[in-house]
Amino acid sequence: MLATGVVGAVEDPWIRWSWISGHADIITAALVQHIQLTLIAVVVGLVIAVPLGLVAWRSRVFRGPIFSLTGILYTIPSLALFSALVPFTGFTILTSEIGLVSYTLLILIRNIVVGLNSVPDDVREAARGMGYRPLAELVRIDLPLATQAILAGVRIATVTTIGLVTVTALIGEGGLGSLIYDGLLRDFKTPLVVGTVLSVALAVVADLSLAGAERVITPWSRARATT
Amino acid sequence: MNFANQVLQWFLNGAHWQGDGGIPHRTFEHLAMSGASVLTAAVIALPVGIAIGHIGRGGILAINISNIGRAIPSFAVLVIAVELFGIGALPAFIALVALAIPPMVTNSYIGMREVDADVREAARGMGMRERAVLLRVELPIALPFIMAGIRTSAVNVVATATLAALVAWGGLGRFIVDGFGLQDYPMMFAGAIMVAILSLIVEFSLAGAQRLATPAGLRPSKTVQKEEPLGTTRDTAMVAA
Repeated sequence: MLATGVVGAVEDPWIRWSWISGHADIITAALVQHIQLTLIAVVVGLVIAVPLGLVAWRSRVFRGPIFSLTGILYTIPSLALFSALVPFTGFTILTSEIGLVSYTLLILIRNIVVGLNSVPDDVREAARGMGYRPLAELVRIDLPLATQAILAGVRIATVTTIGLVTVTALIGEGGLGSLIYDGLLRDFKTPLVVGTVLSVALAVVADLSLAGAERVITPWSRARATT
Repeated sequence: MNFANQVLQWFLNGAHWQGDGGIPHRTFEHLAMSGASVLTAAVIALPVGIAIGHIGRGGILAINISNIGRAIPSFAVLVIAVELFGIGALPAFIALVALAIPPMVTNSYIGMREVDADVREAARGMGMRERAVLLRVELPIALPFIMAGIRTSAVNVVATATLAALVAWGGLGRFIVDGFGLQDYPMMFAGAIMVAILSLIVEFSLAGAQRLATPAGLRPSKTVQKEEPLGTTRDTAMVAA
């Protein structure tokens, strides 16, 4: 941008490297907090989503309400959800996590149900014919075959959460979002650029590592793709 | 109970329903900004997605644009737009258009690829010209997917327009951000409720529109329900803001 403002005003460049080297500790802390907030959200999300996903898969009665409720949570804008929680849970990590976990649920549960539904009926028949009990069938047949879809859900939930964490900067958390917010408040581009670039990089790294994990955990899907 | 009462009192206060800062005007701002952004994005994104799907090339781009879009935080897009275009309605509009484009490109592309090659062949065999194949065969089959993309983008835009209050624009997000700044929690909570209700109304009405846009022959029957997991090539590109 051209410096057409006040005479003598110093133009603010997109990146001021001296600021970065001088604030390495703050940047690192923001990155670490971003990863922590994301990990907690996805892990807690999974802990809640797996049983709910199993219930939704098995029971037609609960399936509708589970999808409606998580769908409504997913539709509520993040800023609205976080700020609606503040009067009750304050400016705490709990507020951030309740919001972040809420957004993972629809994605995770949907993929769990779809993954389990994709297990072929004859495979299930064969397992029963071989004498598998329901629990053994679930753990050793259904869940392994649904792994690919479930991991795809974890990937989307993780990348989505990494983006949403930035919004929690407004309630005093935020990880890299706190750098973006700081850049906005002080009209100073460097933290904004650093926060954005690192957040996108984190999302890409997370996506690629989970894609790698998916390949390692479900080698059969790769074999099927090549034949 | 006391807090609920305070929120109720906030809603009942006549002053909150009048003038430029009142609920009706803020709601209008929110909807006008969201509508303009979604329409502009549709004019840009749908021809691109439909063209890529019709020609059958550039699919990797059409699929991945949504994944890239998902990795970039909407909050960051908004703040960057402010740095580029100053403060107010313009940066909010540009950021919202940018955010609305990827899901529409991806979904319209997927919709066009959903058209069975045999159906296309049959249409040509019946003597249809390319234009007729596109307008009378491909587009009707792709329409539910195109609508799904518009719906995803619209819900995302309504959500992100809330964030635009942070960069000094109006809309319903103003109540949240101002309530936050003034530590007026009833106002903040009231704003959150209004934004949530608005988003749900948009989501449900567009879901209805999507159902109406589905040709009768393509509506899922009770017996055969096709489901695809998110994150596969047929992912209908969900995004949260």
